[in-house]
This record gives sequence, structure tokens and C-alpha cells, in this order.
Amino acid sequence: MLIKSRKSYALTDNDVTDESVYLGRRELLKKMGFIGTGSLLAGALPLGSANAGVLDFFTDDDKKSASKLAALEYQKAAAEFTATDKLTPEDKVTHHNNFYEFGAQKSQPAEYARNFKVDPWYLKVDGQVNNNLLLDNDDLFKQFDLEERIYRLRCVEAWSMVIPWVGFPLASLLKKADPKSSAKYVAFETLYDPKRMPGQSNRFLGGGIDYPYVEGLRMDEAMHPLTMLAVGLYGKALPGQNGAPVRLVVPWKYGFKSIKSIVSIKLTTTEPPTTWNKLAPQEYGFYANVNPKVDHPRWSQASERRITTGGLFASNRIATLPFNGYADEVASLYKDMDLTRYY
Amino acid sequence: MTQNQKVFTLKTFIHLAALTPVIWLYLSAFSDGLGADPVQYVIHFTGKGALNLLLITLCVSPLAQKFKQGWLMQVRRLLGLYSFFYAVLHLANFILFDLQNNWSLFINEVIKRPYITIGMVALLLLTALSVTSFNALRRKMGRNWQKLHNWVYVILLLVCVHYIWSVKANISQPLIYFMLAFVLLALRYKKFSRILPSSR
Repeated sequence: MLIKSRKSYALTDNDVTDESVYLGRRELLKKMGFIGTGSLLAGALPLGSANAGVLDFFTDDDKKSASKLAALEYQKAAAEFTATDKLTPEDKVTHHNNFYEFGAQKSQPAEYARNFKVDPWYLKVDGQVNNNLLLDNDDLFKQFDLEERIYRLRCVEAWSMVIPWVGFPLASLLKKADPKSSAKYVAFETLYDPKRMPGQSNRFLGGGIDYPYVEGLRMDEAMHPLTMLAVGLYGKALPGQNGAPVRLVVPWKYGFKSIKSIVSIKLTTTEPPTTWNKLAPQEYGFYANVNPKVDHPRWSQASERRITTGGLFASNRIATLPFNGYADEVASLYKDMDLTRYY
Repeated sequence: MTQNQKVFTLKTFIHLAALTPVIWLYLSAFSDGLGADPVQYVIHFTGKGALNLLLITLCVSPLAQKFKQGWLMQVRRLLGLYSFFYAVLHLANFILFDLQNNWSLFINEVIKRPYITIGMVALLLLTALSVTSFNALRRKMGRNWQKLHNWVYVILLLVCVHYIWSVKANISQPLIYFMLAFVLLALRYKKFSRILPSSR
């Protein structure tokens, strides 16, 4: 297992070139005059809003805003935090997002979060702790040693990505706050600011879910070394659509647990409410551990489509692994639980 | 323009308007030009396309009646067949690109997931209407033809339910489709009072 580690670093650097391959293809499309055709058609097609995403994809606006993101200083994490799967290209990580605060369609967050300002930002940590904390935007990047970790991200919708996050263990933050022994759960909350997050003020755009978005973890899950707070991806600060400036990443749980743009972390004595569980309790549980044996009522969770490079013919349906491949590290947290009941 | 010329022009337009998006869709999809998840994109595009075309098909006879343009009826079959074409692509995308030819998983999904079950029922019904849509067959079938083709209203409702059951949270778009379907059905209230036996 240890021998793998060197290999994984090499793979990482290799895979970053995916982005340039991707950009090359964009150029190729341009040369073919394809962009012209695409824009021409968009006006004629009956599906106005669905096409907006396609056009965005062909414009360079996103590129410009992406280049404004600050490059981060970080260490590479140990091998156990570095998946060796082929990375999902940066453009796909930043243009295929479930972040209803910026629109319920996958392509919308990249568009609506383009001008999202994250400075000033305040993240408070309170509840069952001895030290209440208040971190500003600067603290998030400077108070902790940042490291790059490559995690698989499995969406409950049965697609997945492999993403190089930059961040720090949630445990490092919680230790600073010094949890009381009465702290049993951790409740997270996304920013609520309908002026900056248009999906919160427009039900049609925001999918009609209750805001602010809230999530939660059990204390042992929150303290687990795999659980991290990410402030960047692909070596740069997080773009708005990926949850800037700080988001949770829990790689063995479905993606909706990994709450974005966090302003509040509260340690509690009881299980906190969570957004998707409130919306459809029979479909989304509190635990939401990736589990190929427990289907979503409307689709199978036994396999997933891995998003990497390649178009429609890229064969990418792979088996879903228990706990998203992190069973060795986390299965023991749930050893006495009936996972079909606590899904 | 003579009536035949009008029909010809409109049919040419329908062919172009229905086929160009499909060509654009697959060219983009195969060159990885549809965003991060081209599979979801082609499935949603063809599914909504099929429903849009079905609604347009059902607009033909109210429009022809209201504006006394009987010749419009001659393009209805073509529109219906394109709706069927998009629906077949929708299913093919699901099987080939989403399930990647895993037929046992497909059968499993059709049985286990209600929204897929009713989608399949709607497509089978639409297949029956499509293969019997030709004039020669229509004449042969006599009154049974109309009886069979009245199922299009059931198909419309099944497809709307298929759509609303398939979405995760945002039901605003499916609700708009339900409203459009309701309007198209309401325009036919006289017909329904004739074909549905009244209990009174």
C-alpha cells in the first residue's frame, strides 16, 4: 500500500494536464466554426434555458473570472488522503454543480456565482464549546496548514468526480474551539443572503427548497481525519459555485452532506435537522453514507457514472463502492448500525 | 400559395426544425461539448423535446378549427411522428449512455421505479399510435383508428407524471407542462363529453 504513494503523486501532476487537453479541444471546436453554429441554433431551439449552459460553456467569460482566483500555498497530503483515480478536469468540476442557491440546473451556479463576493466573510463556531470562535476570510487561509487531498465525490444522483481539494481537517478547527463533552453533533449552516444568492429569493431558480441550507454530522464523523474543510480546488481558492470561501468535504457520504459556503458551525447535544432530509425523508437520510446496497427510491445506487474526460461514448459506468471506497477508514463508525434503516 | 404548397413549406420547416437540434446535439455530445455530464444533457434534451413536440401536435386541431385552416391537419401526423422519434432517442440515450447497455439493470429499473414504468407505458402506447398513423392503415381500421388514437390524451398525462416524478426538488417546470396539458385537454371538453360515457 505504501509503495502506491509515490505513484499517486506522479499521477496527480500528470492528470492536471487534462485541463490543457480540454482547452485544446475548445480551440479545435472554435476552428471548426462550431461555436458559431451552436449560438445560431440556440435562438431557434424551443428549450431556451437549457441552452444557456451550453453557450456559457463556449464562452471565455468563466475563464477570466477563474483566473482571478488566488493561487494557494499548500502541501500534498499523505497517500491515505490521495485517491489514485483519474481526476475530473477542472472545467467540469467548476461547471457541473448542485448549488441551488445559485440555480437548480447544473450549469447555473457557474453563471450566477460569477460575481459572488466572499470578502468579508465570517465563520462562527459556537454551541457546546469552551472557546467560541469567529474566523474571517483571512483566518480561513492562514490559521491552518493547507494540504491538497484527492477525494472521490459521489453524488446521490449516481454520478461522481475525483477532485483535488485544498483545505484542512475539520478536527483542527474543532479542537481550537475545544468541544465540551456534551457535544454530540455538529450543525452546519450556509450563508443566507438572498441578495447575493439569487436562488434564495427566486423559488423558480432556487428549486423551492428551504433556505438557509443546513447539514450535520455526528461528532465522531466530524472529528474523523478524512473529514475536511476545503478552501480551494486545483491549487486555487474555491470558485463561488463550488462553495467559496469554505465548504465541508466528507468523501464517504453523498455529496449533499458536503455543505458549501459555511457561515456557522454549531456543536449540539441532539441530531440537527438537515435540508434534504427535511424535504424528502424517505429519499435522503441524516447519515447518507455511500452505500451500493441501499437504493434511492427512484434509482439504483449500485453503480455510478464517473465524470472525467470524453464525450458521450466514454464508457464510464463503474461499480459504487461501500462508503465510496473509504470503508477501511470509516466502516467501524457504523459497526452496530442497521444501514438500511439509517441510510 | 396553393394549399399543397403551404403544406409542403410547413412540412419542410418541421423537418428542419426537428432534425437540426438532433444533429447539433449529437455532434456536440460526441465532441464532449455539452458540459460535464453529456449523458444527462442528451437524456433531458430529447425527453423535453418529445414532450414539446407532443404538445405542439395537440395544438394542431384546435388551431385548425379556430382559424378555419383545415390544411394544417395534414402536418399533424408528421409532428406526432417526430415526438415519437424524440421519445425513442430519449429511451436509447438512457439505455446506451446512462445504463451503458446493461439490459438487466434496465429491466430492473423499469419494474422498480414507478416513473420509469409509466414512461415506458407511455412510449409503448406512442409506438402503437405511430405504427398505425399511416393513411392506408387509418382507412382500414375505420372507427377503431380514432378509438386507438384517443389514447394520445392518456399518453400526454402519463408523460407529465413521468416528468414530475423524475425531478428531485424543482417541480416548477413540470407544473408548467401540466398546465399546458390541462389547457389542451380543456379545449377538447366537447369531445370528452362525447367519448367518455357519462354516469348520469
